[in-house]
Amino acid sequence: MEPVAPIVKFSSLKKRYGAGPWILEDINLAVAADDFVSLIGPSGCGKSTVLKLISGLSPGTEGGLEVLGTTPKQARDRQAFIFQDATLLPWLTAQRNAELPLRLRRAAAAERAAKARAMLDLVGLAGARDYYPRQLSGGMKMRVSIARALTLSPQLLLLDEPFGALDEMTRNRLNEELLALRERSRFTALFVTHSVSEAVFLSNRVVVMAANPGREHGEVRVDFPYPRPAALRGSPEFLAKVNEVTQLLHQVEATS
Amino acid sequence: MKKMPTVWLWLLPVVCGLLFVALWYGVRRWSGLQSWILPTPGEIVAAAWQERARLLAAAGDTAVGALGGFLLAATLGFGTALGLGASRTLRASLWPWLLVLQMTPVIVLTPIIVLWAGPGLPGIVTITWLISFFPIVANMTQGLLSTDMNHVALFRMANASRLQELWLLRVPAAMPFYLAGLRIAATLAPIGAIFGEYMVGNSSGGTGGLGFLVYSYNTQIKIPALFATALTSCLLGFIFVAAVAWLNWAVLHKWHDSFERDDH
Ligand SMILES: Nc1ncnc2c1ncn2[C@@H]1O[C@H](COP(=O)(O)OP(=O)(O)OP(=O)(O)O)[C@@H](O)[C@H]1O
Ligand SMILES: [Mg+2]
Repeated sequence: MEPVAPIVKFSSLKKRYGAGPWILEDINLAVAADDFVSLIGPSGCGKSTVLKLISGLSPGTEGGLEVLGTTPKQARDRQAFIFQDATLLPWLTAQRNAELPLRLRRAAAAERAAKARAMLDLVGLAGARDYYPRQLSGGMKMRVSIARALTLSPQLLLLDEPFGALDEMTRNRLNEELLALRERSRFTALFVTHSVSEAVFLSNRVVVMAANPGREHGEVRVDFPYPRPAALRGSPEFLAKVNEVTQLLHQVEATS
Repeated sequence: MKKMPTVWLWLLPVVCGLLFVALWYGVRRWSGLQSWILPTPGEIVAAAWQERARLLAAAGDTAVGALGGFLLAATLGFGTALGLGASRTLRASLWPWLLVLQMTPVIVLTPIIVLWAGPGLPGIVTITWLISFFPIVANMTQGLLSTDMNHVALFRMANASRLQELWLLRVPAAMPFYLAGLRIAATLAPIGAIFGEYMVGNSSGGTGGLGFLVYSYNTQIKIPALFATALTSCLLGFIFVAAVAWLNWAVLHKWHDSFERDDH
């Protein structure tokens, strides 16, 4: 079998903002095409910074980073970012918000309308297309945000605590929907979260980070096959994985 | 906070106004002042009716001047703010001078403006523009610079051009600020026009507007008519403010939180 080029490849990457302290030290994370990687770690350990580096919103200081075989910036049109708050434009309807990335690429009006509509249907918002963001619940806003990210059929999806502000029921439901969407569109995902069970449910790899400076502390592989049923959350194997990650987190919190 | 029933929102100001009118009559009666010092509301309304043709024609002229200056300020203000919002260099170079312009009392500039623009409509429009320009520029620039950083990141991620970022993100996000600037300008524009007319007079022919009417009623000691002119100016100002309030509603009510209703 020939080796597959990694989607994301950090090599000894270090990062500081300006002349500030080192935020990330010696990151060597590699993400493969069929990975769903979750990043988990104490607040301030640099998880968001990792995503900002990959998306080219912020440059690395030392070391290398390759994304989709090229530089982060050049890989931008094949990746999409989902932020913690849905970052919808309040003056646009759900439909118009979902169309935005295509509009910025100057796609034809008919094409972008059709694609956005299809994605909104897929996330279950067919009936809310003409709603403005303030008329949507938190979960619905997040669905629009996901639909917007997927209109460009990205190869790599970066998610920064997308469901952190939602109640647990909505969060679980959106976790399941996200995996279902991934069955259809086969994107690679890098997911930042504070919830251990969310990380275990979604990913095949959970990377635990330590803080000050941020670094990879350990990794837990989660080999449950996809698609994963909601009932998985109740199984002893699932809970064992949750425990494993939680213990790594305890180690990290004890040392930093 | 509990919402006040709508009737009260109408009733309270009306009752208040009626009390004020009653007080006015009372003061006139017990003070023994003459009509030409303190006319009663009735005398003012009578004077307004008697002078209605002049008042209406003058109000029309003032409205033209005020509207001209206001529209000029609205468009130039929008354009200037775009420049200031887009370029740090431009902002650093021009902002102090805009402040200087704002700080200079218009009354000082009036003779110069009349000298350059002439005593007619162009001069009055210039004075009105000068008075209502700054709040528009200041508000709109502020709005262009207050864009949500996450929204900016979203646009950067999509490789949006600077022009797209400006038109599709910064300008719409600045609309509430721009409209707030227009609201202030709408209260200032009629004042500016009337002030200009008062200073310029009717040397250009025509009615000379409400400003000149103030001047001429004053010299003729037609005091009730003077009050009637004040009343007319007030109505004109109200129309301006109401028009901008309507514009504000039309642009923002669908999405902006300032128009959030109780349900829905
Ligand atoms: N633009 C910036 N300029 C300077 N320092 C920054 C900037 N962004 C983040 N930092 C610093 O980098 C460190 C890591 O921040 P980051 O947002 O990546 O953490 P995080 O792991 O995502 O935290 P959280 O879980 O709270 O979201 C923090 O100490 C933060 O103060
Ligand atoms: Mg973060």
